[in-house]
Amino acid sequence: MTKTPTTVAPTRPARALLLVGCAGVLAVLCLLSLAIGARAIPLDEVLRALTDPTRPGLDPEVRAIVRDTRTIRTLVAVVVGAALGLAGAVMQGLTRNPLADPGLLGVSAGAAFGVVGAAALLGVTALLATVWFAFAGAALAAVVVYLLGSRGRGGASPVKLALAGVAITYFLDSLTSGIALTDPEALDRYRYWSSGSLSGHTFGTVLTVLPFLVGGALLALSLGPSLNNLSLGEDVAASLGRNLNLIRLRAALSVTLLTGAAVAVTGPIIFIGLVVPHVVRTVTGPDHRWLLPGSMLAAPCAVLLADIVGRVVVRPQELDVSLIAAFLGAPVFIAMIRRRRLAEV
Amino acid sequence: MVVLHRSPGRFAFRVKPIGLSGVLRPRLVVVWLALACVTFLVFCLTIGLGSGDYDITVDRVIPALWGSGEFADVFIVKELRLPRAMVALFVGAAFGVSGAVFQALTRNPLASPDMLGITQGAGTAVAVGIVLGIGSGLGTQGLGLVGALAAAFAIYLLAWNRGTTGYRIVLVGIGVSWMCVSATTYLVSRTGTVQAQLILGWLVGNLNQRGWQQAVPLAVALAALLPLVLLLGRHQRVLGLGDEVAAGLGTSVQRVRLALLVAAAALAAFATAAAGPILFVALAAPQITRRLARTPAPPVTASALTGATLVLVSDLISQRIMEDSVMPVGVVTGVLGAPFLLWQLARANKAGSGG
Repeated sequence: MTKTPTTVAPTRPARALLLVGCAGVLAVLCLLSLAIGARAIPLDEVLRALTDPTRPGLDPEVRAIVRDTRTIRTLVAVVVGAALGLAGAVMQGLTRNPLADPGLLGVSAGAAFGVVGAAALLGVTALLATVWFAFAGAALAAVVVYLLGSRGRGGASPVKLALAGVAITYFLDSLTSGIALTDPEALDRYRYWSSGSLSGHTFGTVLTVLPFLVGGALLALSLGPSLNNLSLGEDVAASLGRNLNLIRLRAALSVTLLTGAAVAVTGPIIFIGLVVPHVVRTVTGPDHRWLLPGSMLAAPCAVLLADIVGRVVVRPQELDVSLIAAFLGAPVFIAMIRRRRLAEV
Repeated sequence: MVVLHRSPGRFAFRVKPIGLSGVLRPRLVVVWLALACVTFLVFCLTIGLGSGDYDITVDRVIPALWGSGEFADVFIVKELRLPRAMVALFVGAAFGVSGAVFQALTRNPLASPDMLGITQGAGTAVAVGIVLGIGSGLGTQGLGLVGALAAAFAIYLLAWNRGTTGYRIVLVGIGVSWMCVSATTYLVSRTGTVQAQLILGWLVGNLNQRGWQQAVPLAVALAALLPLVLLLGRHQRVLGLGDEVAAGLGTSVQRVRLALLVAAAALAAFATAAAGPILFVALAAPQITRRLARTPAPPVTASALTGATLVLVSDLISQRIMEDSVMPVGVVTGVLGAPFLLWQLARANKAGSGG
């Protein structure tokens, strides 16, 4: 891919403003997410329920909705969104391919296979157990992809890694649909899980995956300078004293931790991890030290926004978040591609 | 009279009196011939061992194809199994060519009609048809064709902004692809189990109950579009050097790209309409071929042969793997093609040949 200087490097204040702006928007969206839903609750009542839950005049139903159902849902949205955005940015930096998304290491397919396999072969359908199987499947798939992609001379080159990821994804997807087509119960489980839902979770599921998420996020954020060097080309990065295989290993590990944990909870939420880094890159430019935190803050905004819209449009029913994300996000994304001269990966 | 210039892996030659020049890659020729033989053999094997209990050996299949041999053999070969095998052959070839063109055009090894939303468009159209019960007159074949072409048209139109670039086509393709996927997912998750199973069954790619009705339109499409792709092959290789270089060498970049895109998208659309989105073939066949032939870009006709072999072998396995029912062929292509591609990736030992 040819590199043409398409954007002028943005100034530092613009980037800092992006981070601050994203954080602000995120806070507002969190509040809105607590207030909006099948039953709309005024914002002041939301704040009261949050700050002073034991106050006598408070409707117990409101307290239950705000403090239990919607808090967990918002928490899941933020955590999963941050993980996917960060993983997407790392993945695109690692493979230097605009098509790269967090699922590319075979992670989503591995998780799906874990869910369907557990349901069909072991009869496991309880949510908390499913999370573990999904995570195990995701991690296993990523390890296999990395090992296969890094064989031969040249190590885990971007193209080999990406192709190995796609190959494993199709391999596992074939097995998954083979099982799902022959086992109705597994099909039902798969349909529920694969629609990418934020609702119906407990603090337990979030706590289960939180350590993996935090570890993966720290690892990913520390990769900024390395990915910047890598974006100059592998030879340049190597001559600058970077250990290419170590960078790739760390990046793959962080993507696996982040995506595996996120996908295990909600099912594959497509589009976010792929698109948010592209959008953020138009502001930050290709500098990963800004791109990574930017994606981490912008992606939860996108997930929350999609979730809120999904709750409102067909009230009192809900539309799944990944559906809304793709359906609203894709036109915006396409419009941006048309309008701007893109900063290439 | 004949000037030969030899460099590793290829001969450049020029025959002065008739002004003919070209590049000969011995390895590509050998690979091409080998692939052609393998494809024909697998084709005959699929016919001989296909659905039903009546096995016919290859040495009886070949004469039966020309109508000689025992009556039972000829009847089973020509009436029962040949149509399906033809569909498999054409579908594989069409996906192979389509993938090779897309990958060369976007200069991205991950680009293929299944990544850029063309097959997903077909999937959405078919899902809508199944859920709403409309378009039964048109049939899933017609719906798939309409959906795929609509998606391809939308991608090109949306990527157009004073010309297109491979990069923009890839990104717009992602957007269109995910919109179609999410619409299909929505339909699958909200509809009844019967319809959901129907949709998923179609989405995975299927050759059951396929016959001349599917094979003929596909054959016509291949006969029309493959020569077009080959004619444009020279320009396509120049485009691989980058838009600026290609324009500098006198290639009409936008026109060539549009023609190639239309051809590749139409091939994918016809193949998807015939057999559903048999994923992975369009992505893997060109990459496998490129590594076998060690060429810089995926060779077109050889990719067609690889694609056909992949689909035929998968079809044979899908018919024989279970005693009482037939697996959809799309389930097998992934299981079969993925390890092969991985093996090739893993043994790419020359620096850079993995990339």
